[in-house]
Amino acid sequence: MNPGENHIDAPDYIEAPLAPKHTRMQEFGRMLKQNRLAALGFFIFVLFFLCAVTGLILTSGTKPLFNPAMVRLEEKLRPPLSKPNLQALRPDQVPVLNVYLMGTDDLGRDVFARMLQGAWVSLTVGFVAVGISVFIGIFMGGIAGYFGQHHIKAIHILFFLCLIGGIGLVLINAVFAGTALLLLCLSSIVFLLSARDKLPEKTLPAWKGILLGNAVSVDTLIMRIVDIMLCFPSFFLILTVVALLPASIYNIMIVIGLTSWMGTTRFVRAEFLSLREQDFVAAAKALGIGNFRIIFRHIMPNAVAPVLVSATIGIATAILTEAGLSFLGFGVPPPHATWGNILSDGKNFIFDAPWLTFIPGIAILIVVLSFNLFGEGLRDILNPKLRERH
Amino acid sequence: METTHKHNAIILRLEKVKKYFPIRRGFFQHTVGWVKAVDGVSFDIEQGKTMGLVGESGCGKSTVARLILKLLETDDGNIIFKGRNIGRFSEKEMKPFRKEVQIIFQDPFGSLNPRMTVGQCIEEGIRILGVKRASARKERLENLLNMVGMSYDSADRYPHEFSGGQRQRIGIARALSVEPSLIVCDEPVSALDVSIQAQIINLLKDLQDQLGLSYLFISHDLNIVGYLCDTISVMYNGSIMESASSEDIFNHPYHPYTKSLLSAVPDPNKKWDVTLSLEQRYESDAVYDGCKHQKKCPWVEKQCRKNPIDFVQVEANHFVRCWKTKKSDLKVI
Repeated sequence: MNPGENHIDAPDYIEAPLAPKHTRMQEFGRMLKQNRLAALGFFIFVLFFLCAVTGLILTSGTKPLFNPAMVRLEEKLRPPLSKPNLQALRPDQVPVLNVYLMGTDDLGRDVFARMLQGAWVSLTVGFVAVGISVFIGIFMGGIAGYFGQHHIKAIHILFFLCLIGGIGLVLINAVFAGTALLLLCLSSIVFLLSARDKLPEKTLPAWKGILLGNAVSVDTLIMRIVDIMLCFPSFFLILTVVALLPASIYNIMIVIGLTSWMGTTRFVRAEFLSLREQDFVAAAKALGIGNFRIIFRHIMPNAVAPVLVSATIGIATAILTEAGLSFLGFGVPPPHATWGNILSDGKNFIFDAPWLTFIPGIAILIVVLSFNLFGEGLRDILNPKLRERH
Repeated sequence: METTHKHNAIILRLEKVKKYFPIRRGFFQHTVGWVKAVDGVSFDIEQGKTMGLVGESGCGKSTVARLILKLLETDDGNIIFKGRNIGRFSEKEMKPFRKEVQIIFQDPFGSLNPRMTVGQCIEEGIRILGVKRASARKERLENLLNMVGMSYDSADRYPHEFSGGQRQRIGIARALSVEPSLIVCDEPVSALDVSIQAQIINLLKDLQDQLGLSYLFISHDLNIVGYLCDTISVMYNGSIMESASSEDIFNHPYHPYTKSLLSAVPDPNKKWDVTLSLEQRYESDAVYDGCKHQKKCPWVEKQCRKNPIDFVQVEANHFVRCWKTKKSDLKVI
């Protein structure tokens, strides 16, 4: 049959849609206008983003415009907006605008330059860590929600344990034991493939019955992993891991990401469980659309709004975690400035130089608050049902 | 049910289809019983014809629909579509089958994805059909929307911008997008206003005339079923109670349940005056022998409680699951 060939006389009446058309950008603009706090949050977020990007450009390179690492011992603990003492400084030590916008710290380093450098760290930590956690969360939650009723057989668990154990043992140079485990893993695949055709037979030997029996449902497995992960006090887990790994900003991002995906998983699973039973998913299945497309094209857009909201709040949490780690001295290694370690360095001088704690503290507060406000507003904006008919 | 139809090919045949759902209770979620949602249902649908499936809420009508679409697996029995048993289909064979059978849902609000525009929603089906070129897809989309009486500007709108009747049209357009030969209508008009119901019913009828579609029309509204359907099967508690042509069901029904259903239709020239005893609600998981309708039947006797009742032919193409098939047996009370 050639698609499109059966031309049909249209009925006498043609029904027009009710509402006039708005583009997505118009809708977005209108929602922001209606929700002032979200608009404020969005504005601060954009400002922060621009600061972080320009900060990165201005503070990096061999001769940066603002040098966050320039030590001027003569000029230590100068208050904000104070003029530099030009007699005491070499020409290359003079700050760019001929003023210390945010004062100097105990080593005479320009706090403004350090704040600029730290903004980029906060931004990347926030986005990369949350990106990792959202990715894992959506993946695990999606599987738990959509394929949750499927069962994992005991042999599958054996297979994965052998595979992981085998690879692990080989990696730590226990080649002999590792190879043995890998062989066991291979034999379990062979056993599984050979047993596949004979499954309908009810009279299996007991050991085969146990190996091929349903051990645990996918949903139970994933949700129990989530529960186990939630049992760890995550900040101390991060502290431990950071202490073991070489101190680097990327390790911190990854560790924060790997310890904060559980909330997202629960969100996504709950959304999938309710959406999976909806008629439009049944219709998609009836059309013959594949599972992959149903998950990502049909269910995910409906499930992702609460995830995005929790992600924006997660960015705020990640920034705070990084600041906390830097404050405790486990964060980004010292010459590099972050808002957390500016705060941490300043705590010894809180009465002599309060700006050293207040400036990064207030910056963190504002950014975190703006993310939270924007997250709240985003939930309304992303929900097409809340778009009014005008 | 063994019927031979000389004129038309049978597009769908159900043979003693069963679907039981386990009832799980207790700490270990062990199965304590079964809900016999569909318990040995058999019927045929002829090519280009409409079969109505009527019955009260919870009698298993929608489960039958889902079994036919293979959204649920049958526990027992065969579903034969165009001469092939769909229970044995592999993944590869399912794909062409999916295009052949489509469904229209009851709830016009839940049946469309709120985050897909109408165009995207219908194009999913057009893509399944294998239309590669974007311009061809667009043309087909416009054609489909016109078929169901919607304008092309609807294509980039979201479902929440439409009324219930308009959404139901969109649902029909989506079902038509893969050029099916059988459409299962699962109470497609029961959520709509009466005036809109008529529009949708007429649209379905027009589409049947023009495209040669077959329908399985599930409803509890006997007036609509009588208007639209060629044959009617009356379902109660998971089983077909009576099956006949539309006129036969309306003019001389045999089964007490059919009569009580007909008596519930507001009609000034009422022929049957059997009241449905609503206070006796059946328990689906209760195990009892004999007729499934015994708890509600006004003519229940000892024999009804003993043995399962056979599906017997009383006239040409008229089958009843009741042993009291003589008209004198069932006097109007």
